[in-house]
Amino acid sequence: MIQFHNVFKRYESGHEALQNVSFNLKEGEMAFLTGHSGAGKSTLLKLIMRMEVATRGQVNIDGINLNNLAGRHVPYLRRKIGVVFQDHQLLYDRSVYDNVALPLVIEGMEPQDIGRRVRAALDKVGLLSKEKLTPIMLSGGEQQRVGIARAVVNKPPILLADEPTGNLDPQLSSEIMQLFRQFNAVGVTVLIASHDLDLISRMGLRMMELSQGGLTRSGVTA
Amino acid sequence: MNKRPIRPSGATFPNRSQRETPHKNPIKKPPNRLRSNPDLRSKSNLGGASISKVNKSARLKAWRRHHVNMAIDSLARLLAAPFGSLMTWAVIAIALSLPVGLYVFLNNAQLVSSNWDGSAQISLYLNEQVQDSAGRNLTQKLQMDSAIAETRYLSREQTLAEFKEFSGFGEALDYLDDNPLPPVIIVRPAVSGIESQQALVSRLQALPEVEEAQLDLAWVKRLYHIMELGQRTITALGFLLGLAVLLVVGNTIRLAIENRRQEIVVVKLIGATNAFVRRPFLYTGIWYGLGGGILAWLLINVSLYWLDAPVRSLASAYASDFSLIGLSLRDSLLLLVSSTLLGWLGAWIAVSRHLGKVEPS
Repeated sequence: MIQFHNVFKRYESGHEALQNVSFNLKEGEMAFLTGHSGAGKSTLLKLIMRMEVATRGQVNIDGINLNNLAGRHVPYLRRKIGVVFQDHQLLYDRSVYDNVALPLVIEGMEPQDIGRRVRAALDKVGLLSKEKLTPIMLSGGEQQRVGIARAVVNKPPILLADEPTGNLDPQLSSEIMQLFRQFNAVGVTVLIASHDLDLISRMGLRMMELSQGGLTRSGVTA
Repeated sequence: MNKRPIRPSGATFPNRSQRETPHKNPIKKPPNRLRSNPDLRSKSNLGGASISKVNKSARLKAWRRHHVNMAIDSLARLLAAPFGSLMTWAVIAIALSLPVGLYVFLNNAQLVSSNWDGSAQISLYLNEQVQDSAGRNLTQKLQMDSAIAETRYLSREQTLAEFKEFSGFGEALDYLDDNPLPPVIIVRPAVSGIESQQALVSRLQALPEVEEAQLDLAWVKRLYHIMELGQRTITALGFLLGLAVLLVVGNTIRLAIENRRQEIVVVKLIGATNAFVRRPFLYTGIWYGLGGGILAWLLINVSLYWLDAPVRSLASAYASDFSLIGLSLRDSLLLLVSSTLLGWLGAWIAVSRHLGKVEPS
């Protein structure tokens, strides 16, 4: 589902963010991406979302080669990828409901179907009762869950998360992780960038470690 | 709408009205906020490649719905900040009302000048052989013509005297043995309009006694040139001020893009196409243009109303029943359509220049 072949990414500043990264995440697989900050985790996720383009090597997502993907096709690629951002990237002047509905509005779904799907997603993250509030009225953990609901509302085959438990307490973090496992259980390919090694090690899932732009370790955690 | 999806939590949302009041429908929840066992099986198509395949007509419907929504949303945004929007509308209206006002003025000037046709003259140069008496007879006869208001006969001697007086070549003529000038009949036409006057000229030209009939077009030509100058001035002004409208709308839209930068980044991240992102801004431009056009139309009509009384009294002083003509329905529609187009175009320029720069990073 997510394939990297000898991928290099060098920014215009000359910074080598990724060096010779290769891995293959199969459909329905769930994996963690770890490493210190600045090790290239965010760059790797950006390459998957086509926010950046590889300098060398090949990135394939769901059989699509991103190197020669025309700009006008990028939106359709992104619709296949649900993303949970560390800083949530919510719209603070809209209600929780509208935030979660956004991917469906972009897809052009019928309003009555949107209502159904949005409530299903909000129900799953336990925020059904807060659909009318704006994100600013929610706690950090709740905002994160709004972001998760938005990422999965259009049932994408791929789910990416960038430090989804970044500033949450352990209890909330493990709840969030359980949520990702549930999505994975129904066939979603999940890739989570996180430096919360404690949590990761308890999950018993595939882990890839980035260090100074290179993939140094790849294996299943205990 | 009648579908009643049974939800795992036991909550049902049968229709929209209940969506508005979710709190009246208490949702029983297990103590754990992230219930460990939501009914995932009922949504087993959550994973995999179940990207909603929206068929063509549904896509068209969605496209239309988004257009309508964005049109309403962008208008609502403008009305939510009435002062700022009014300022932009006023600037556009002033810029537009200048060339349009000039156009109205020119229209009226043309109408007034068409009433001055009485001062046109036709000079009939008669054959040199035509005797004075025959010339005078012809003059009398022409006087009866309904297309002619007034005639005046000038004998050869009179034309020579006039020529001497006005041309400055008088002394040169003294060296000639013979008077080279023909007798002339000056005709003031009773018909107005260049075409009917031309017709009269060709009719007079056909008379056997007439060597040449000449419509004195000098003043008509002068007026025509002035009018053309006026029209060109209006075109140039219209072009410049149209450009000003483009810049005003463009700049306003640029600020709107700046203000909604975060929102643009977010929707781009979750798969919005450029057209989707562009749409609200293009509608904003359309509303600016249309609003400005309506305001310009009002400005012009109020000014005309304000000027009408003095123009009427001025006209009555000249014993004329002239009154100002305003914008016709066609002109009004043209004003609104072109201002709307200008707004749209200004937005388009701003959007294509600035939206590309707003990329998630």
